[in-house]
Amino acid sequence: MAVGQNVLRKEGYEKLTGAARYIDDITLDGMLHGKTIRSSIPCGRIKSITFDPDYDWSRIVVADYRDIPGNNYVALIENDQPLLAETEIRHCEEPILLIAAESKHEAEVAARHIRIEYEESPPVLTIEEALEGDRIIYGSDNIFKSFLIARGDVDEGFKQAHTIVEGEYRVPHQEQLYIEPQGMIAIPGDNAMTVMGSMQCPYYIHKALKHVFNLSDEQVIVIQTTTGGGFGGKEEYPSVIAAHAALLAHKAGRPVKLVYDRAEDIAATPKRHPGIIRHRTGVTKEGQLVASEIDILFDGGAYVTLSPVVLSRGAIHALGPYRCDNVRITARAVATNTPPNGAFRGFGAPQVTFAYEMQMEKVAAKLILDSVTIRQINMLREGDITATGQRLNWSVGSEDVFNAVVDRKKFFEKRGNAADKSDLRGKLYGIGLSFFFHGAGFTGSGEAKMKAQAGIGITPEGRARVLSGSTEIGQGTRTIFSQIVADELGIGCDDVEVEEPDTSRVPDSGPTVASRTCMVVGRVVQLAAYEVKQKLLRFVAERYGDADVKLIEGRFDANGKELASFSEIARAYLDLRGELKAYASYANPPGIEWDDETYTGDAYPVFSWGAMVAEVEVDPVTWAVTVTKITTAQDIGRAINPVLAAGQIEGGTLQAVGYGVLEELVWNRGRIINNQLTNYIIPTSLDAPEIETIIIEKEYPHGPFGAKGVGELPMDGAAPAIALAVYDAVGHFVTEIPITPERLMVVAG
Amino acid sequence: MCIVSVISVISVAKNVCPNLVWSDLEAKKSMKLNFRVNGVEREIDAPPMKRLLDALREDLRLTGTKEGCGEGECGACSVIVDGEALNSCLAPVCQMQNANIITVEGLARDGKLDPLQQAFLECGAAQCGICTPGMLIAARALLDANRRPSRDEIKEAIAGNLCRCTGYVKIIDAIEQAASAA
Ligand code: FES
Ligand code: FES
Repeated sequence: MAVGQNVLRKEGYEKLTGAARYIDDITLDGMLHGKTIRSSIPCGRIKSITFDPDYDWSRIVVADYRDIPGNNYVALIENDQPLLAETEIRHCEEPILLIAAESKHEAEVAARHIRIEYEESPPVLTIEEALEGDRIIYGSDNIFKSFLIARGDVDEGFKQAHTIVEGEYRVPHQEQLYIEPQGMIAIPGDNAMTVMGSMQCPYYIHKALKHVFNLSDEQVIVIQTTTGGGFGGKEEYPSVIAAHAALLAHKAGRPVKLVYDRAEDIAATPKRHPGIIRHRTGVTKEGQLVASEIDILFDGGAYVTLSPVVLSRGAIHALGPYRCDNVRITARAVATNTPPNGAFRGFGAPQVTFAYEMQMEKVAAKLILDSVTIRQINMLREGDITATGQRLNWSVGSEDVFNAVVDRKKFFEKRGNAADKSDLRGKLYGIGLSFFFHGAGFTGSGEAKMKAQAGIGITPEGRARVLSGSTEIGQGTRTIFSQIVADELGIGCDDVEVEEPDTSRVPDSGPTVASRTCMVVGRVVQLAAYEVKQKLLRFVAERYGDADVKLIEGRFDANGKELASFSEIARAYLDLRGELKAYASYANPPGIEWDDETYTGDAYPVFSWGAMVAEVEVDPVTWAVTVTKITTAQDIGRAINPVLAAGQIEGGTLQAVGYGVLEELVWNRGRIINNQLTNYIIPTSLDAPEIETIIIEKEYPHGPFGAKGVGELPMDGAAPAIALAVYDAVGHFVTEIPITPERLMVVAG
Repeated sequence: MCIVSVISVISVAKNVCPNLVWSDLEAKKSMKLNFRVNGVEREIDAPPMKRLLDALREDLRLTGTKEGCGEGECGACSVIVDGEALNSCLAPVCQMQNANIITVEGLARDGKLDPLQQAFLECGAAQCGICTPGMLIAARALLDANRRPSRDEIKEAIAGNLCRCTGYVKIIDAIEQAASAA
């Protein structure tokens, strides 16, 4: 068996020797270097664009919106984001012009010879300003999208409540900060366009390019190069860069490379949605939730992009992994004149998780209950019903993860009065916990509509080759797909190859997002492998007079007699029949129903579950918070590759530590002013706590070998666990992250 | 780049490359430089202020060394110069005359991973892999100077190398494993 083993990373050798080719490592003959000219104002109109008459423009390719052969929008949900601004400017860093030159340096110099003048209008920069409605920048009310999730009767619930607790929580922007900046190379063809680069979703780009250039499916080819991290940041924005590079290449008739430097990448690309989340919770004397009213506000930025789906996930996760029969969740994403916010690991869930876990603690404190008891009383268990009315029928690891990290006795021994917690160095110790869940795959009817496809082909050598548009972005796609196929076919992992994601060679498996690659696409890959196996079994049976054929451990036997190896039979098949390929597509497990109108039903086919204990030290003089240890248990169904799965949990947890205590974007009039690694601080090895990971495997009957999603769950729980550890350490309850020394000092008065 | 920092870079260059005259720097005139990369003598013709990172990636086509920030913060561009790890995005190439440089491409021998690379592979220390060349270089420099580092010493040694994927746990494990195997 390969599944469950720590099979070595498929592309590990290339990554360890420096041989792997990332987009900036590729140079093509005749290639030009592109640059994007962006707006310096958040809101207004372009008055004039002046090209310095003393500069030699003959060497420079310049493109603006008039050069777009097709539609001037980036195709996504609403198609409202222009590829290049025409006259109206809706956010700082909005792309206006594109230039290309023989070298990066020359493009930089040329850019300095362009002057853009604007007529500025007062911008809408915050959620509050958007709601005030003094200035309308979208629709009639500045609201991109709203949702309502209602269950039971909240008013009645509040009447039954012994205590009602209110809370307001604020969460910030967060930058994905993949270490490889975004970039693309476009190669123009005869009525065709090929783009390669750093990306999560080749078929998103494929679609965007078709709209921009009015080309057909076959005329556009998108190829993923080795990608240095994504975390959501390379979900939607690469379509913009790809289309920009392609437009320049189209105009120049030469390949064009467009690679951002770090400053541009941070300033211009999407961030995690900041938000304001309000809770009003009714509980019985014993601590049981009887009414919950939650209002979510996310700042979507200047264009719709992915905000509706981020908001939807936020709304569905807003109550947390808790039972409550009377719920009313309202959610709105508003428009502001800031760069569009978008996908970032967790996708709306980390924001609401911070809020519901802080609120849970507030409720406990009000009732003089402890952190453990309040969660145990209300925890969702198998058979329970969620806020959208989904009955949890399978793979519910809630209690398992909770009990794995929360040892009551130890937890309360460590937790005590803040007053006598200081150690010899004067640092205050604190411990806190969080409990959370994450739905894997697209929300609601998304997967049923998407019908993700994947295939298995047989190579001339008789090896299996996975054909899927799912990308490897560091999370281990190539390795786990090989493991799944190896076991389905009974062959070794080394006998499985994975095709490069290239839209001319692999089907659309849907985007590499939403913790869906293993659980959803992995399942489809497994089904395709099963199809291949059936074809080979029938082939052998036919040739051996309807013999009873079996495929065991990579060898075929007929009527109990050993025949030949998998690769020999596969080659024989190719010799006689020419080609062997099988495709499969995804269908939801039976009984999964979702109603988009009422926002009720099975929001996800299954949830992954997590619990976390964070330990911190707070310096009472500087108010600096150091996270010293994180212990977490996560139920992911089945770890196809435990080392890779633990790597996901550790990495996601540290990003969440950054979200909780370090990472803060500083804005000035709609523009990020700390768009550098010197002043946007992500955790280094010295900021990283010891992380102890416990993987719980409550198998999901409809996942590949029982697997569920793991990618995003780890991002959800750390911020509240740390905030509650800080509360334990210093006795101050924070309602806003990151918990920087400045912020904590203010809270502490 | 603001004017002040241009001037300061030029004055740094004057200090490290005393045979330069101002006009060389201003005219971006190329100069011949000889150094050894991964055991091989190389000669390049490059403007003195060219970043070592670009000289490696563009002139020598050694693209294993990466750029994550261009300002000395991420360590993706780390190389070993005369036994010490440094950020090649901050080093002008004129400083490299006669230097002995090791990049990630110089670690494996005859297609065989060195023990550090092997440990990274086995421990799952490389995910997206973009920080990996720099991490390996920082770790190599550490182990060359300190054969049995503690976990804290390892953390210290890689503190200038950012990784956004791993949470550092498996990187530290791998360096520990390589050290104990040596
Ligand atoms: S690229 Fe040199 S330190 Fe980041
Ligand atoms: S492995 Fe991706 S940044 Fe380190």
